[in-house]
Amino acid sequence: MTWFTLRQFRGQAITSVAVLAAFAILFAVTGPALVSDFRSSGLSSCHVNCGAFASRFASDLSNGGSTIYVFLFYAGIVALYLVPALIGIFWGAPLVARELETGTYRLGWNQSITRTRWAVAKLAIVGLASMAAAGLLSLMISWWANPVDTAISYGGPNAHSGLARIDPIVFGARGIAPVGYAAFAFALGVTVGLLIRRTLPAMALTLAVFVAVQILVPTIVRPHIIPPDHATSALAATNIDLSIENGGQMVVTGPGNRPGAWVISNQTITPSGQVFTGPATSACLGSSFSACSRWLTSKHLRQAVAYQPASRFWPLQWAETGLYLVLAAGLGWLCVWRIRRRRA
Amino acid sequence: MTAVIETRGLGKKYGGRRGKWALTDCTLTIPAGHVVGLVGPNGAGKTTLLNLATGMLAPTTGSIEVLGSKPAASAAQLARVGFVAQDTPVYTSLSVEDHLRFGAHLNPGWDAALAHRRIDQLDLDPRQKAGQLSGGQRAQLALTLAIAKRPELLILDEPIASLDPLARREFLQVLMEATAESGISVVMSSHLVADLERISDYLVVLVSSQVRLAGETDDLLATHHLLTGARCDAGDLPAVLQVIAESHTDRQSTFLVRSGSACSDTLGGGAHGTGAHGTGALGLASVSLDSLSLDSLGLDTGWSVAAVGLEDLVLAYMGPAATAGRGRILLEVPR
Repeated sequence: MTWFTLRQFRGQAITSVAVLAAFAILFAVTGPALVSDFRSSGLSSCHVNCGAFASRFASDLSNGGSTIYVFLFYAGIVALYLVPALIGIFWGAPLVARELETGTYRLGWNQSITRTRWAVAKLAIVGLASMAAAGLLSLMISWWANPVDTAISYGGPNAHSGLARIDPIVFGARGIAPVGYAAFAFALGVTVGLLIRRTLPAMALTLAVFVAVQILVPTIVRPHIIPPDHATSALAATNIDLSIENGGQMVVTGPGNRPGAWVISNQTITPSGQVFTGPATSACLGSSFSACSRWLTSKHLRQAVAYQPASRFWPLQWAETGLYLVLAAGLGWLCVWRIRRRRA
Repeated sequence: MTAVIETRGLGKKYGGRRGKWALTDCTLTIPAGHVVGLVGPNGAGKTTLLNLATGMLAPTTGSIEVLGSKPAASAAQLARVGFVAQDTPVYTSLSVEDHLRFGAHLNPGWDAALAHRRIDQLDLDPRQKAGQLSGGQRAQLALTLAIAKRPELLILDEPIASLDPLARREFLQVLMEATAESGISVVMSSHLVADLERISDYLVVLVSSQVRLAGETDDLLATHHLLTGARCDAGDLPAVLQVIAESHTDRQSTFLVRSGSACSDTLGGGAHGTGAHGTGALGLASVSLDSLSLDSLGLDTGWSVAAVGLEDLVLAYMGPAATAGRGRILLEVPR
């Protein structure tokens, strides 16, 4: 069954090897320059005041005369979100659905191997290929983006604090998490295909469910895998975002300035611990910001931040990858069980 | 005589609690060593029965044994049964050669020499994609896969229903050669009696999940006759003759009669052998009408006796009322 599974998978495997090779060339060509910029900016050997070095690195990159690095940084993120979805759609969904749709399962299930072996071989071989493909791509991109990720984690005046490695957008495109996503997307595709028994609708539904899970996990599950850290400090009313609503309620947000961390919530609270909501006084309804700032300072407001520090990147990666792998294994087991029950 | 397929009260319902029964209370025995034709109208349960026999489906009620074991229970059991499914599915994107490798990898008893010889004889290009083959070639490829795994029992589910007459003839030719060479048992379903007539030596007629008729083709032909004479009632015929079907014109009556054992004897299949040579439920030794004179049956010489074709015979049994006892259906007999 191994030979036959690989034979059926050959076309898809060739395509994916070609895509991976293209990415490898792209990152191999542009990566070394990024590393040497990183060294020459002094970041690789900094111990104190690294933020300033990080700023120099960032300005070096943009002064390098090209936006290629910025483009590749985001392209890498997009690619690592796309690949698991594509694996689910093009490797997972058709795996069994196409056999059911074209009737070839009747050929496969009447050779001298049990249906369990048929199913396990298909799931294991293509499933491992899915994980390997996503893992390789993540390895390349994580290596390539490492100087940028490191610079961002140091902060600094020009650093884009929102795109730390642990930030939800970047997190899923680094480390081992894509391996878990690929395994899950693949198993999801196979399961949906097995239940719907038609390739095209199965592909569409696989995409819809996978996207939903990829939105729900970072927003609902990931913040709570490890309880977030909390920090409270006096609000410096000079560097704030301020909005006043029609009813006179005002929302004040201080800077979430925690380089390299994932800020989950950032609230302004009164000395008694309530969330500060105003009401806005004339000082703030007028045009003078300094008057409003003085008034806010007189309120002794504090800033309460809940965040995952940068050091939690790997624990969160392992936990989330494990979660997705467990889901994938569960779906895989469901597929084998269902195929064994020969309800097809 | 051992059975290749033996079922008891077999039933299959599709689609859960409110589903539809495709087969109900089917009890039959198909003996080994034959090329068995399984005939029946659409919806009789032929495909469901064969899918149960290959383990593609699990029974809802009752039991089925194939070659003495539960279908598809193990790799060893799967190796003993070859199956050519309806519409003869093949992997359209794979070449003929790949299909042979597929068979070789997945079947320990694979006969590579046989497979290649067949592909040569069929004049198939091994590099051609199966999706580009004609319907007849595809069916031949599916048959080659099933034969080359060297099964003890070959099951074919309407393999030629969608083929043109020439491809149909070629397919049956290959099937006949293969079974003659290896002596394997074959069960092949069709709703076309003419196809089965060419190759099968044993016939099972399945109507609404029930076996209406089972027996060796030669015996069935020898014990069934068309009687034509002046118009009369079926009841006027001697009791030794069982009327399967009758038709009447103003002046003439035609009866399809069975001499010898009663129909009920063959219900349940091979328990009493082929039925035709056993001792019937009525206690009558089965006899061929040829050996009886019209006189001894109390029929006058106005009656003429003619042989009946297999197709007419089967169609008569497929009729709605031809269950047991005296048939009451009208058979359109052109003679």
